[in-house]
Amino acid sequence: MADKTPVIELRNVDKSFGPIDVLHEISLKVNEGEVLCLLGDNGAGKSTLIKTLAGVHQPTRGEILLDGQPVRFSRPKQAQEMGIATVHQFGGTFPLMSIGRSFFAGVEPTRGWGPFKVYDRKTANRIAVEAVQNFGITRIDDGDRLVGGLSGGERQSLAIARAVHFGARVLILDEPTAALGVKQAAHVLRIVNEAKRRGLAVIFITHQVMHAMAVGDHFAVLIRGAIAADFRKGEKTREEIADLMAGGESMADLESSIEGYMESHDGHVPPPVH
Amino acid sequence: MTDLFGTFLRKPAAGAILSLVGVIAFFVIFGGVDLGKLAGAASWVNFAANLGIVAIPVGMLMIAGELDISIGAMIPAGSMTTAIVSGHYELPIAVGMICALGLGVIVGTINGVLANRTTVPSLIITLGTLVAMQGVVLAAAKILTGKASVALTAPDWAKFTFGQLIGGSHQVIILWWIALALVLWFVMHATRYGNWIFAMGGDKDSARNAGIPVRQMTVALFILSATAASFTGMCQAILFNSAQVSGGMNIIFNVIVSVVVGGTLLTGGFGSVAGIFFGTLTFAVVNQGIYFTQIDRNWSNLIIGVMLLVAVAMNENFRTLAMTAVRKKKPA
Ligand SMILES: Nc1ncnc2c1ncn2[C@@H]1O[C@H](COP(=O)(O)OP(=O)(O)OP(=O)(O)O)[C@@H](O)[C@H]1O
Ligand SMILES: [Mg+2]
Repeated sequence: MADKTPVIELRNVDKSFGPIDVLHEISLKVNEGEVLCLLGDNGAGKSTLIKTLAGVHQPTRGEILLDGQPVRFSRPKQAQEMGIATVHQFGGTFPLMSIGRSFFAGVEPTRGWGPFKVYDRKTANRIAVEAVQNFGITRIDDGDRLVGGLSGGERQSLAIARAVHFGARVLILDEPTAALGVKQAAHVLRIVNEAKRRGLAVIFITHQVMHAMAVGDHFAVLIRGAIAADFRKGEKTREEIADLMAGGESMADLESSIEGYMESHDGHVPPPVH
Repeated sequence: MTDLFGTFLRKPAAGAILSLVGVIAFFVIFGGVDLGKLAGAASWVNFAANLGIVAIPVGMLMIAGELDISIGAMIPAGSMTTAIVSGHYELPIAVGMICALGLGVIVGTINGVLANRTTVPSLIITLGTLVAMQGVVLAAAKILTGKASVALTAPDWAKFTFGQLIGGSHQVIILWWIALALVLWFVMHATRYGNWIFAMGGDKDSARNAGIPVRQMTVALFILSATAASFTGMCQAILFNSAQVSGGMNIIFNVIVSVVVGGTLLTGGFGSVAGIFFGTLTFAVVNQGIYFTQIDRNWSNLIIGVMLLVAVAMNENFRTLAMTAVRKKKPA
C-alpha cells in the first residue's frame, strides 16, 4: 500500500498572498480509492490549500505531483483537464439555471457545425440526470428543473456527480456537508464513499468530526497554515481529533471555560476570540 | 392548459408580453386608440428599433451581472464621429463608419478591462466612461469643426443600407434590430456562449472555476454594447444627414427600463432576448402610442413608472416561481 505512487502529492508547499503567509510547508499524499480528511479551524487555510490544488492559486514555493510527475496549473481549467475536480465551499452550481445547463457549464455538448453549433439540451439533460441518479439521487428526473429548486444536499450531490462524470481522478470537496441536515449530510457522505469505491482520490474538508470519521482513511489537521497532525484511521479517538481541530486546546477545557464564563456572566456566552 | 400557462409564466418574457397586451388594451379601452392605425404607424416602431439595438446587448450584460450606462454617450459619439470624419473632413463614408464602430470597440474594451481588473461595480466604471466620452465628443466637435452640429451627405449605398426610410416612414434600422435580435437570440439560447453568460451572472467565481473564460466574455459583452450604441448613432447620422452634440441621458433610462420590463433580473443570471425585445416594444408603445390616444402625453411617464415597478416585483416573483420546482403530479 505505502509504496504505491500517490495520485496526488504536495511537497513543502507554501502559499503567501503578498506579505500574508497562509500555508507553510504543506506535504500530503492521497492514494487512489482513499479519502483524506482535511480538518482545521476557521481561517486555518483549508480553502486556500485546495484552491492551490485546483489551479485557482499557484504555490509560492514547493511542488504538486500528479502520479509522481510535477505539475503546475496556471488556470483552474488546466487542473480540471488533468483530472482534478473541485467542488468549492461556496457555489459550484447556478441556482437560476437548469440542471442540464448547470451540469455542463463550460463544457456544453453541441451538435451541428461551424457557427451553427447548437447547445444540445436533450443530451445534456439526459446525461446530467443519469449521472445524478447513478449516485442514488433518484428524485432528480427532469433536467429542465432549475438548480435553485433542489435541496442543499441534492445540489451538493449534483456538483459531486458533475465532477465525477467529467473523469475526475482527484475529487476535492470543500465543506460539502456544511449547512446540511442529518439526512442530507448522510446522502453526501454516501456519495463520497461511492466516489472512493470507484477508485477516486478524495480530499474532504469538514468541521464535523463525525462526518470525517464516517468516510476518512487518512486525516490531516491544519493549524494556522501548517500541518499539526497527520494520522490514519483508527490511530486517534474522536475526542483527540476534536481537540486537535479546536487548535490543540482540549475540548473538555474549552467546555469548562465556556461554562465558567456563562455562570459569571448571567448565562451569556463568551465573545469570540481571534 | 393550466400547465401550459404555468410554463409560460416561468419564461422571462412572460411579463413583457403580458404588459404589452395590457398597455395596448388600456389604450384601446380608455384612450380610444384605433388598433389598425397604431399598427400601421411608424413612430413607435422607429423608436423601438433605435432603443432595441442597444437594449439587447445591455440586457445581455445585465444577465452576465454587469451594467453599461456609457451607451448614453456612445450613441452621440457614434453619430458625431461619422459626421466629423465623413462630413467635415469629407473622407469616404466607409472610413467614418469604421471610425465610429472602432470607437465603440475601444470604449467597450476599456469598460471590460476595467471591470475585470478592479472590483469597482461596472455601474461606476461606465459612469466614468459615460462622462469622459461626453467630454471627448463635445471637445472634439468644438476643436475640430467649431460647430455643435455637423452636416453629412452619405452616398446612396450607405443611405440605402443604414439610413433608408422604407415606404417613406419606417427606418431601415428596424431590419437591423430584428436581425440583431435573431442573431443574439441564437447566441444566447442556442449556443454554449449563452450558457456561459447565464453562468457568469449566476456566480462569477463558480463560472471561472468551471473553466468559462469569464474575462474574455466580459470584454466581448462590453464591446458589443458600446459598438451597438455607436452603430445606432452612425445610422442616425446617415439618416438625418447630420449629427448634433446631445446629452443622451434619456436613452440610458429608456434602455434600462426596457431591459427590466423585459424580465431581466437586475442582479443577473436570469433573462432572455425575447423578453428584452418585447420589453422594448412595450416601452415604445407607451412612449409613442400615447399620441394616438386622447390621454395627455404627460401620463405616459406615470404608466412607465408603474410598469417598471410592477415588472421588478414580477421579476422577483418569477424568480421564486422558477425556483420552486415544477414537480410531476403524483396520484393523490
Ligand atoms: N486572496 C487572499 N488574500 C489574502 N489573504 C487570504 C486570501 N485568501 C485567504 N486568505 C487568508 O488566508 C487565511 C485562510 O483562509 P481559508 O479560506 O483558506 O480558511 P479555511 O481554513 O478554509 O476557513 P473556513 O473553515 O472558515 O472555510 C485566512 O486568514 C484568510 O483571510
Ligand atoms: Mg474554507
